[in-house]
Amino acid sequence: MGISLGVLTIFSLISGRSKGRNSFHFTELPCESSVRLITPELRKIKSDNKANVGEFSPDDAVHKLLLGKVVVLENFRSLKDKLLLLDFSVNAHDGNVITAVLIYLKRTLSKELLFRELGCRQTALRHFIRYLTETKELTLLMELLRSLGRTEEVSLLQYKDHLNIADINKRRDFLKSCVSLPFSADDSAHVQHHLALLERQIQIEVSDREAERGGQTDVFQKFPREAPVLHMPLINTLYYSCLYHYTEPQENYSSPLNIRNTFRVSEKQFFITALAARSKLGAWLDVDTMFTNRKWFGFTKKKSPIGFHRVVDILHRSSAPSQVLQKYIGLVDDTERRISLAQRHKCHDVVINTYRELRDRQLLLGYRGRVEPGSEQEVTIDRLLGNTQIRWKN
Amino acid sequence: MAFSSRTDSPKLPDFSMLKRLVKDHLVYLLEQLPGKKDLFIDADLMSPLDRIANVTTLKEHEVDKLYKVELKAIVSTAQQLCFLIRPRIQTVKWICDVVNADKAAGIERKYKIIFTPQKFYSCECLLEDQGVFGDVSVDEWDFLLLPLDDDVLSMELPEFFTDSFLAGDQRWLKTAANVLRLLHMLYGPFSKVYGIGRCSKMTHELWRETLEEEAELKERRAEIGKVFIIDRDVDFVTPLCSQVVYEGLVDDIFRIKCGCVEFGSDVTSSDKGVKVMLNSQDAVFSEIRNQHFSNVFGFLSQKARNLQTAYDKRRGMDIRQIKAFVSEELKGLKQEHRLLSLHIGASESIMKKKTKQDFQELLKTEHSMLEGFDLRESITYIEEHIIRQVSVVESLRLMCLLSLTENGLQSKDYRSLKTQYLQSYGYEHLLTFSNLKQLGLLTEQQTGDTLTVMENTVGKLVNDRTAGKLSDAFSSLAKKSNFRALSRKLSLVPKCDEEYDLRVPRDMSYIFSGAYVPLSCKLIEQVLRADGWAGLEEVCKLLNGHEFSVTGNPKGDQDEAQRIVLVLFLGGCSFSEISALRFLSKEKGYRFIVVTTAITNSSRLLEALLRNHQ
Repeated sequence: MGISLGVLTIFSLISGRSKGRNSFHFTELPCESSVRLITPELRKIKSDNKANVGEFSPDDAVHKLLLGKVVVLENFRSLKDKLLLLDFSVNAHDGNVITAVLIYLKRTLSKELLFRELGCRQTALRHFIRYLTETKELTLLMELLRSLGRTEEVSLLQYKDHLNIADINKRRDFLKSCVSLPFSADDSAHVQHHLALLERQIQIEVSDREAERGGQTDVFQKFPREAPVLHMPLINTLYYSCLYHYTEPQENYSSPLNIRNTFRVSEKQFFITALAARSKLGAWLDVDTMFTNRKWFGFTKKKSPIGFHRVVDILHRSSAPSQVLQKYIGLVDDTERRISLAQRHKCHDVVINTYRELRDRQLLLGYRGRVEPGSEQEVTIDRLLGNTQIRWKN
Repeated sequence: MAFSSRTDSPKLPDFSMLKRLVKDHLVYLLEQLPGKKDLFIDADLMSPLDRIANVTTLKEHEVDKLYKVELKAIVSTAQQLCFLIRPRIQTVKWICDVVNADKAAGIERKYKIIFTPQKFYSCECLLEDQGVFGDVSVDEWDFLLLPLDDDVLSMELPEFFTDSFLAGDQRWLKTAANVLRLLHMLYGPFSKVYGIGRCSKMTHELWRETLEEEAELKERRAEIGKVFIIDRDVDFVTPLCSQVVYEGLVDDIFRIKCGCVEFGSDVTSSDKGVKVMLNSQDAVFSEIRNQHFSNVFGFLSQKARNLQTAYDKRRGMDIRQIKAFVSEELKGLKQEHRLLSLHIGASESIMKKKTKQDFQELLKTEHSMLEGFDLRESITYIEEHIIRQVSVVESLRLMCLLSLTENGLQSKDYRSLKTQYLQSYGYEHLLTFSNLKQLGLLTEQQTGDTLTVMENTVGKLVNDRTAGKLSDAFSSLAKKSNFRALSRKLSLVPKCDEEYDLRVPRDMSYIFSGAYVPLSCKLIEQVLRADGWAGLEEVCKLLNGHEFSVTGNPKGDQDEAQRIVLVLFLGGCSFSEISALRFLSKEKGYRFIVVTTAITNSSRLLEALLRNHQ
């Protein structure tokens, strides 16, 4: 884009002003505007003054391209000239020009030759890759990448196409064809898991839809499915399985344990997902059995792979009743956190017990005002405050 | 604490001329297709266009119906169609389909394509390929800059980031050079240009090619003295940190678009939302925008109290005084009241959202990452974030922040977090991880990745720049992070034993609660102070070089304009960085003008990388 005849740019507007003209009138350019209404070809000819036939060097050509002019590149027929064009355009930095030259080279050089020359020209190569991506010439792009030994990228490109396939069965078939591609070792495993997940979702969906229609299975009636299990990420599938197939034996493909083992879900992840699902159903007994009980000096102590404050958070989000919340708030290790949680959820007993644990008489006294007068908690507080066997700190 | 302006603060140039020029140019182009026409506008251009030429103006120039470009068959029956688009192959292909469909159906129309900011050769070749070249007229609309505020100009080109840094495509560098050219013509000549980064360097060289045409400028009195050009990938850490200055928070939560934001009913406390402009015209906003959020509530409450006092004045008034009050003061007070309620509502909404997300714990983890402490705890935090499926983008943001501050994740951590991420959010994110690796945002430490090995490799590369050849280690564009070393050399993480008083910020780190001075802004500060890169050689090596410092017009060195510094962010700039630069202005007596390819934040940056694989 430069100050050329027949084309009005913002720069010519400014130059016009600075050259002493006070205001710009559109009517001052009658010829240019009428020219514009004529077909583009004529406009092209008017704006290119020099004869275009074999009069200039690759360097000149690039210069003209940089100014936005139309340049006939067909005059550069030798390989040497073509590569000069390319190298000059790369040196000039303008991606638009680099791509223009590449389009010309793509048309007038064999694939093999072009690929070879691009192999040692990183900047040009990147622009060519971008161009092929935009014009969706994926076959040629993959050939190019393969010729450069970038096989992992080719695999990812091919894999990417699965996003364009809406039908899950077709998508599953497509993924099957991807599994053998030369991904990196890690990615290979992930793609295999992706395929396995889709296959499993298809199976589960078929049998669950039948069960739903059949009307025999309780859980589908009480908690109707909001959406089919297809296309969901693994963890959502696990959650679904914990909702509707929790008690199934490990051999069943729809059981949570089977999913956990096949896809190597971490213990923490499995725990959180199962906890969230069982809470949603209000299955508090199930929740209780999730915590392993450790025998500690004769007392059974619950153990959790995540902090109990997080457990409380998850339970709370499923509107767990306060007796349930209370139990787990009481298990929070950090006393400050325990107290703040207990206060937030109005679990007075926990607060009272904690203050007693801390032997903090002042805090307990202060809390007395927060409970219902005449309530059980008030009685408990009074009893504790009156207990001479407790060695209060303050 | 309000930022009262220094009495000797230099005056900013008037950027409203830019808007007028751009509007005039568009009007001129529309008149090139006289008569009624339907206008199809690229989705990305709708908001900027609204700020430049609204519907009324367009209708004045015979635009009949307005449509958003959607890649499907059109319903327009107009005789003339005008397309205002970014030069994307996908869009041009759609236009070709429209024209060819018309041809097949025997419909005759006139078509005009207005590319902005410029057309690309690839687009014209496509028109030719599809047999449509002779049927359309093509124009370029030089919409280069949109003033978002007195000191912020945006190119509204978010794709600059992914095109330049992910794909390594240099298509927008000429546009950036034209921005410099435009500003130089209107407000130059610049006396000094500094910069760092591959794209910055190339943009500068492209711009210099255009300088010969402006010989007469040398006599002009400059309004902008210095220029600093910086690539986004010189500092990825800053845009990935959670923002805690007011404007940054509003952007993170409500998404500010072209200086406008939509507040929902939870903010307005009524049943409908409202769309507002956020700039220095909003008196309340301009006082709180750069402040740390912890100060905002207190400030707004105080203002509300003052307002109440002003209202109460009328209690003791007689009729004549009340009349005067109503005609002179009331309108202003009502306006202030409206703005105050709005911002108080927004602040409350922000507080609610952040408490829910346990913001304090999040910030604590981020600060640990920046300082380099408690690595295992950070990993656990991220793990739980992923496991709880909190947010597709946030989980990535945390991983990237950790990777950048640790110079890559250890292999076992990388693989474990990646697996958990794919399990939580979907296996298709394999593609996202590939993009992040390519950019250097989320990488695995290679064996032998000690700092000295890194520095040696980089040192070699800086001396080894033969055209077109890149050593194997850098065949992707990804740069190694080196954050820790940079942080030490530039003292980015202030070591202080006393509490940082956010009410009286003592340095730029206040924008991150005193935990971290933004690298980008620190570089700018240092280079301006040293008038170049002298003394910063080590730092440049760690940043992979491409630094430059060029003297332009040597005259006028003593001018007022020398204190006006234009900073051009190639790849995007966050509101936090703008706030930090405004602070630096007050501290050092500069006035910064921020020019950016687009406003960015962690969500926009990462979403572009998610979308890029769709």
